[in-house]
Amino acid sequence: MSRLDVRKTYKLYIGGAFPRSESGRSYEVVSATGEFLANAAMGSRKDVRDAVVAARSALAGWSGATPYNRGQVLYRVAEVLEGRRTQFVEEVAASEGSSARAAGAVVDAAIDRVVWYAGWTDKIAQVLGNLNPVAGPFFNVSAPEPTGVVGILAPQGSSLLGLVSVVAPVIASGNTAVVVTSADRPLPAVTFGEVLATSDVPGGVVNIITARTAEVASWLAAHRDVNAIDLTGAAGADGVDWGALEVEAAGNLKRVLRPALADGQPVEPDWSADPGLGRIRAFVETKTVWHPKGL
Amino acid sequence: MPTFEYAPAPESRAIVTIEKSYGLFVDGAFTRPKATFATINPADETVLAEVTQAGPKDVDRAVAAARRAYEGVWGKMSGAERGKYLFRIARILQERAREFAVLETLDNGKPIKETRDVDVPIAAAHFFYHAGWADKLEYAGLSASGAQLPRPHGVVGQVIPWNFPLLMLAWKIAPALATGNTVVLKPAETTPLSALLFAEVCQQADLPAGVVNIVTGDGRTGQALVEHPDVDKIAFTGSTEVGKAIARSIAGTSKKATLELGGKAANIVFDDAPLDQAVEGIVNGIFFNQGQVCCAGSRLLVQESIHDQVVAKLKRRLGTLRVGDPMDKNSDLGAINSKAQLQRITSLVEAGVAEGADRWSPECTLPAKGYWFPPTVLTGVSQTHRVATEEIFGPVLSVLTFRTPQEAVAKANNTAYGLSAGVWTEKGSRILWMADQLKAGVVWANTFNRFDPTSPFGGYKESGYGREGGRHGLEAYVTTAPATLTGATR
Repeated sequence: MSRLDVRKTYKLYIGGAFPRSESGRSYEVVSATGEFLANAAMGSRKDVRDAVVAARSALAGWSGATPYNRGQVLYRVAEVLEGRRTQFVEEVAASEGSSARAAGAVVDAAIDRVVWYAGWTDKIAQVLGNLNPVAGPFFNVSAPEPTGVVGILAPQGSSLLGLVSVVAPVIASGNTAVVVTSADRPLPAVTFGEVLATSDVPGGVVNIITARTAEVASWLAAHRDVNAIDLTGAAGADGVDWGALEVEAAGNLKRVLRPALADGQPVEPDWSADPGLGRIRAFVETKTVWHPKGL
Repeated sequence: MPTFEYAPAPESRAIVTIEKSYGLFVDGAFTRPKATFATINPADETVLAEVTQAGPKDVDRAVAAARRAYEGVWGKMSGAERGKYLFRIARILQERAREFAVLETLDNGKPIKETRDVDVPIAAAHFFYHAGWADKLEYAGLSASGAQLPRPHGVVGQVIPWNFPLLMLAWKIAPALATGNTVVLKPAETTPLSALLFAEVCQQADLPAGVVNIVTGDGRTGQALVEHPDVDKIAFTGSTEVGKAIARSIAGTSKKATLELGGKAANIVFDDAPLDQAVEGIVNGIFFNQGQVCCAGSRLLVQESIHDQVVAKLKRRLGTLRVGDPMDKNSDLGAINSKAQLQRITSLVEAGVAEGADRWSPECTLPAKGYWFPPTVLTGVSQTHRVATEEIFGPVLSVLTFRTPQEAVAKANNTAYGLSAGVWTEKGSRILWMADQLKAGVVWANTFNRFDPTSPFGGYKESGYGREGGRHGLEAYVTTAPATLTGATR
């Protein structure tokens, strides 16, 4: 006799907890071939605002943690991802319509990417900072610091590799994040939230909202307590004008990572390429400290 | 305290020849003056010269000249050759240093000792520093090995303020040229003369035509430049309000921008600070350049237990400051740059008094003509007062108190700005802890208002984005994105 499986309720991930949308809404998520997969929470403006509060509250602790500690936590994320590999392969294959083999390669790349960024945490200041030989008797040093709370529109296409490729560089340097997932392929992101929740990542460091991108993106872009926004996921998002979001972001001079452009149109980057330091650089501030030298 | 009488010690203005009127500097030559407006000496309201109000067509021509120079000469020149031009410019600025200092003081109103000892030498140093980068950009750590080497953006539009006219020009032009970009620069409406003299330096250096173009005018000229479709990157120093307008105007395009905007820096003095040095630092922090400095230490946060002592020392020191003729080598404070700025300072200070602050200035006789404001201390200021939250951009210090380091940090960071901060204490571990906590791009510990071409400058939050100076400043003028993907960060 076959056993009836126990399905998962896909919810939001805010402040370390898994609430439903405060709006009480959900939307149907289907596979690449159109089969019903789940009812995901349809995140709202209020959910975004709750997530920003959680991210702001978590910032002091996470940015104040030692880079060695952040590196170990990120490595732990990779460990737990690896342990859940089978589940992610299934979800990615269903979401992206790829073969199990191709989905497996994507999950492997995602795990390896988290490991790559785990190794970066305690090198960022060494590579992006330096002493400055000023013309006078002063000690002078420049070093990167996290920008603060970063809003992320995760890529619409690449539901796991793309997601970790935008989240990991933001939190590696000590920022906290509010992530709006792919609208049509949100399920791997919710499961990734479960990985974070069980990987010693403090609650609120990463907050994950499944939603219709066009509905919540402008609230995130306009939010005065968000310091920066990554518009990568504007590429291919229904009804999203990234230029309009950049206008909203100017209200408090957010740092903006624009979507990649090809012939003037936003496109999703090739996530298999070497990520480089661009995504880390985009969300750090250089602080320069002077002190006199003397007897 | 004994008082000393000073004999007048005026710097001669004979070294400078100011033309009656100026055109624009486009494609290596000056255009004929037209649609001119006057630039005046703010110390006595006399007209110095007439300069041209550049219109959209003038901006078009300047951008086209910069584009031709970028594609024809500058963009493909070797870094070593570019660098040699910048070395030449640095040397000519040093050779003509006194001329620039006098001209700057006449046009801006700041004391000759500042233009002579700060503005002009640091401007020359910026060109000398960046000259050396021009052929070493691949060593600047801007791209991963094997990735694309850093490439210039192309044509850069630069808009600069009136508080450090030549120095801001150097901050903008030197890194842009070193990295292979060409430039259209608009100096501030009230201080165009040193930029026009710099055009002569470009000619003396035989800089190829169109590499540097100078267009004068008011905000309309700046807007035409910022919105010009053939400008690849904007570099702006000025108000946060205009900075936001620029950020909006380039939204949705591939134009890049760096914005160096306003500030409301806290200068934090602990009870164990070396008080005499701290008082000098407080004075330098807010009265240097009449306080018309974006990173000025305009909020003094003093530990409650030493408040009365510090304020007494401060008042005693301010009593010795000499306010007057900017051309006098003994003047510590000169004129406010414009009537409009004087009105803004006056109205904000009146608002501070109306909100309950106590106003104090030393006795000083201000000249009858020109725009003058005495050094002013506001005590009894609380965090919500306008004089504690808005940038005054004048010689006005707001004094607040704190009890614990945590409270000092909370108050210092309680602002939309984040450009600079100061900390005064003899305790090393506290300096480093404070430096970590302060949300500001530059932290001066036991010093204030220090600038150097090797040291990156720029803000957090609404003080703008991007850095100027140092290795970090180069980032703003290059791209390492693959040629097909032009988005990337701005």
